[in-house]
Amino acid sequence: MAPLKRSLELGLILCRICGDAVYRSNLGPSRRCPRCHSRIEHRTPFSTEMTLAWLLAGMVLYIPANLLPVMHTSGLLGEADSTILGGIVEFWRAGDWDIALLIFIASVAVPFTKFIAIGLLLFTVRANSQWEQHQRATLYRVVEFIGYWSMLDVIVVALTSALMQFQVLGTAEPRAGIAFFCAVVVVTMLSALSFDARLIWDRHA
Amino acid sequence: MSEAPTPESSRELPTPAVRNRRWLPRLVWVVPIAAAVIGISLLVRNWENTGPRISISFLNGEGVQVGKTLVKYRDVTVGHVSGVVLSADHQTVLVSADLSKDAASLLKADTQFWVVRPRIGMGSVSGLETLLSGVYIGMKTGASGASARKFVGLESPPPLSHGPRGRELPLHAARAGSLAIGAPVYFRQFQVGRVIDENLLSDGSTRVTVFVEAPYDGFVKPVTRFWSASGVNIRLGADGLIVQTESLAAVLAGGIAFDDGPAEAIPTATGISGEFTLYKSEAEAMAPPDGDPHYVRMRFAQALRGLEAGAPVEFVGVNIGSVVAVDLGYRHRDRSFPVIVTAKLYPRRMGQAYEALAAQGKTESEETLAEFVGTLVNRGLRAQPRSGSLLTGKLYIALDFLPASPPATFDASVRPLELPTVNGAYQELEANIVRMVKKVNDLPLEQIATHLDTDLRDLHGTLNALHNRVLPSAVDTLSALHTTLDSADRTLDVESPLQRSLTETLSETRSTLQAVRELADYLDRHPDALLHGRRPQKMPKSPAAPLSDAKP
Repeated sequence: MAPLKRSLELGLILCRICGDAVYRSNLGPSRRCPRCHSRIEHRTPFSTEMTLAWLLAGMVLYIPANLLPVMHTSGLLGEADSTILGGIVEFWRAGDWDIALLIFIASVAVPFTKFIAIGLLLFTVRANSQWEQHQRATLYRVVEFIGYWSMLDVIVVALTSALMQFQVLGTAEPRAGIAFFCAVVVVTMLSALSFDARLIWDRHA
Repeated sequence: MSEAPTPESSRELPTPAVRNRRWLPRLVWVVPIAAAVIGISLLVRNWENTGPRISISFLNGEGVQVGKTLVKYRDVTVGHVSGVVLSADHQTVLVSADLSKDAASLLKADTQFWVVRPRIGMGSVSGLETLLSGVYIGMKTGASGASARKFVGLESPPPLSHGPRGRELPLHAARAGSLAIGAPVYFRQFQVGRVIDENLLSDGSTRVTVFVEAPYDGFVKPVTRFWSASGVNIRLGADGLIVQTESLAAVLAGGIAFDDGPAEAIPTATGISGEFTLYKSEAEAMAPPDGDPHYVRMRFAQALRGLEAGAPVEFVGVNIGSVVAVDLGYRHRDRSFPVIVTAKLYPRRMGQAYEALAAQGKTESEETLAEFVGTLVNRGLRAQPRSGSLLTGKLYIALDFLPASPPATFDASVRPLELPTVNGAYQELEANIVRMVKKVNDLPLEQIATHLDTDLRDLHGTLNALHNRVLPSAVDTLSALHTTLDSADRTLDVESPLQRSLTETLSETRSTLQAVRELADYLDRHPDALLHGRRPQKMPKSPAAPLSDAKP
């Protein structure tokens, strides 16, 4: 199969918002899409830089998200702060290995996958690599897809806190850790969003 | 890269207008920087709040849970248990706890830790809240200047975890008696403190630590005497029955009372920090000090059942010491088993007598004292067991002058001094009774009984004869008597002829007697009538005159 023509060679720029292919010569000085009037660039400017910034922010936030307790439960039998990892261990020990696995995937495996995947994408783009371009494109779509599943943990804490309010008998309150975790999810999603997947296909000879 | 130069575009757009806005997307770096700052600040705050990690060893870790059990100081949480492991030798449980940073200053070398569990004691119920919440570790800071991180936990809570101000006083006692920790301390029937500790010292005696609360600790002076106020003190004295007790709680849980010692008392504590002595009773506490005891030994040639260690030794009725030991000895010479009684005597208890002796220098040394005792023995001083109570049979040793006792030898060089003895008065009485019983026993009772039996049989025969022979005739006699009495009765009846004639006779006799009296009367007034006869004139007519005339 002959190599496809690149948009630059054709003098075309794709609007990422409305999907209109615009000839560069048709762009005014404001560089707006003639159809939807959103800003239009050949490649999102500072894409890698922003992705990296968001990624780093996510990684930094992931540390307190795991160290700080996400939930505080108190009841007749005492009170306890639980962290994400502590909760997983507790569920596993209690025999609920399925729940433990679910939480593990949602709150540990997925964020890590995202960190590694985005990091890999960034590295390869910066290195101008042509390695496994199709797989990297798939990887990017997977990262985008799994991003919000990490919100599972946040929803669990939110539901528990809302439902478990029995005063003396037992109450659950969210703790700072869950806010950090929520921030991790949001920031990594932003990171994935700011990554311009078209860069995968660019190469500078 | 997006600005890849193409010859035609560079000519059309010589100055791209977007350049001046390029800094804006770089603002995104604020996010990771902010995240890093927040993270670092959290870490710093966490590090700032992280106090010391301490290790406490307990004998058992009952109820202590990692992450759940809290460490509390004055009921405020200052940390939590972060680990429970067995010690390397498996003898203790090592509880590690993370304390908050501000609790670090509480960790002194003598800081105490204990596990708070529900406790129900004589005086109080404590730790009930732990029934639901689980145990927690209590903490009491120490006074030491040095800080520490490893502690040995107490197995029971200290009685004054964060108590009121006051003073702790160590009391020294031979035995603690029925005192319990928490027992009240009284000053003139007013509770001013509590017993907070009891220790058995290496010499076997007891140290009781009491805590006297703040304004009242001023009552504790060097001359203060402490005594055990446990139980009820019932005394039957010459002045009647005296029942003494500090309070009902003291009766149940024991207690300690204190008061100023007698005015002339020698201070029992060297300073306010010194140890006081805990006396057994108020009387003992208030007694003047005994001074050093002197030991004496006495050899009794009789059984001394009822003589126990602690029995009093009295000198002319004054208690001057007590029996220390009662031992069985053996004398080879006559194969006898004398009872050896060791006693300690307090010469100071002799009061003025002791002072007088001291003034003469008799008490300067053991030698002079022994010499003096020798002269007393020559005057008849003997030790004698006597019965203190006929009910209980308890004996005491009396030192008394018995000049009638057989002479005794006294060796002034023997240590301890050996006092000559005589047998007890009660024992003498006993021996007399035994002799009497023996005499009674020796009486020919059987012979007497035989004789008595024979006599009784004779008596029986006599009685039989009486019954068979005398009684029937007696019955006959009685019936004859009855007949006689019947006829007598008839004779004496009012209607009987005898009775009637008797009545008549009597009335005639009365008339006669009247006439005789008139005659006598007349003759009295007219004696001459005997010669001249009756002169009928001049005389008032008396009704009896004709009669009296007729008679002469």
